[in-house]
Amino acid sequence: MSALKLLSTPLNKENPITIQVLGICSALAVTVQLKPALVMALSVTVVTAFSNLIISLLRNTIPPRIRIIVQLVVIAALVIIVDQVLKAYVYDVSKKLSVFVGLIITNCIIMGRLEAFAMAKKPWPSFLDGLGNGIGYGLILVIVAFFRELLGSGSLYGYKLIPASFYEMGYMDNGMMILPPMALITIGAIIWIQRSKNPDLIEKQ
Amino acid sequence: MENLLNLFVRSVFIDNMVFAYFLGMCSYLAVSKTVKTSVGLGIAVTFVLLITAPVNYLIDTYLLKEGALAWLGPEYADLDLSYLSFILFIAVIAAIVQLVEMVIEKFSPPLYNALGIFLPLIAVNCAILGASLFIQEREYANIGEVSVFAVGSGIGWFLAIVSFAAIREKIRYSNIPAPLRGLGIAFILTGLMAVGFMSFMGITL
Repeated sequence: MSALKLLSTPLNKENPITIQVLGICSALAVTVQLKPALVMALSVTVVTAFSNLIISLLRNTIPPRIRIIVQLVVIAALVIIVDQVLKAYVYDVSKKLSVFVGLIITNCIIMGRLEAFAMAKKPWPSFLDGLGNGIGYGLILVIVAFFRELLGSGSLYGYKLIPASFYEMGYMDNGMMILPPMALITIGAIIWIQRSKNPDLIEKQ
Repeated sequence: MENLLNLFVRSVFIDNMVFAYFLGMCSYLAVSKTVKTSVGLGIAVTFVLLITAPVNYLIDTYLLKEGALAWLGPEYADLDLSYLSFILFIAVIAAIVQLVEMVIEKFSPPLYNALGIFLPLIAVNCAILGASLFIQEREYANIGEVSVFAVGSGIGWFLAIVSFAAIREKIRYSNIPAPLRGLGIAFILTGLMAVGFMSFMGITL
């Protein structure tokens, strides 16, 4: 597969969240606002790309029986680095993400890509695959966060978008969008739209 | 006592792992096709949570927290190893899951057969690591509270997956728009269930 294809298939046809159903765990809770979602997307992309690279470099030396724990240690080490960097440079976002940075370790996308791709392929394609999957994951996160912040608090990236005159005329923010259930329903709607556009993705009965 | 009961109800219904924090969503969506398998997975998760959460709590209090190593001698009193918590927690979880698997296989083959493939999968279930990280973040006072929180979260997860599986068994007979079939409707259903669980909000004993 060409480099471009490795990067682009996870964005749509092989999207980790809407098609492969991986990594939903730590994704949804951080999508109330755009800023934490972007930081989370970036962190996951860094961890997937580099864990794919490292495991691919080590793939011939890892004994298959203990590969899960080796993978977990590599991922955990990367996540610790990301966590420390976030704490040092964007402390407020890191507080908001709370336990979800740590939960990147058990994010199934990372383990899934390591098992499915990095254990069998050369380092450079693995790195690109990790990058592509991280971006595909981040894309959904950002879309969900965009709608939830816009409709839920009338702002984007912390800046008020809806003018005060609207509120005076009786417009109200939809408080429901901030609550957890709407993240799930938004993703459901994204899946619906994506599959109507690509009928070959529809599940057989 | 009242405090513990309160914490239990809170962790089962209000702070439900699935509906409030989206933890363990991957296996929640993947293994909820029939009620029987989801009961098995639910029990396994509760069981592993009950063991790993207190162990990780003890590790955090006596090894990692700032000043936790004071019992070794005064020169260790100001050490702060909390940046190691991710890697230690996940290692403990992976090891305990392996251990639990071996013990169950030895002493109760029927239970082992019932849990089967689910046990190894639990090591990467976000709900388990999530519980340990929540305990660290929320600073529960003693091991009693930690155990109650762990059991409550496990039962909450069990309830969520079993009821979801029951709904999914029934929904097979309904006529869903083709692009929503499978994953899409699963997300929307979970969202609606989460709305239902929100009605428990604010309950205190």
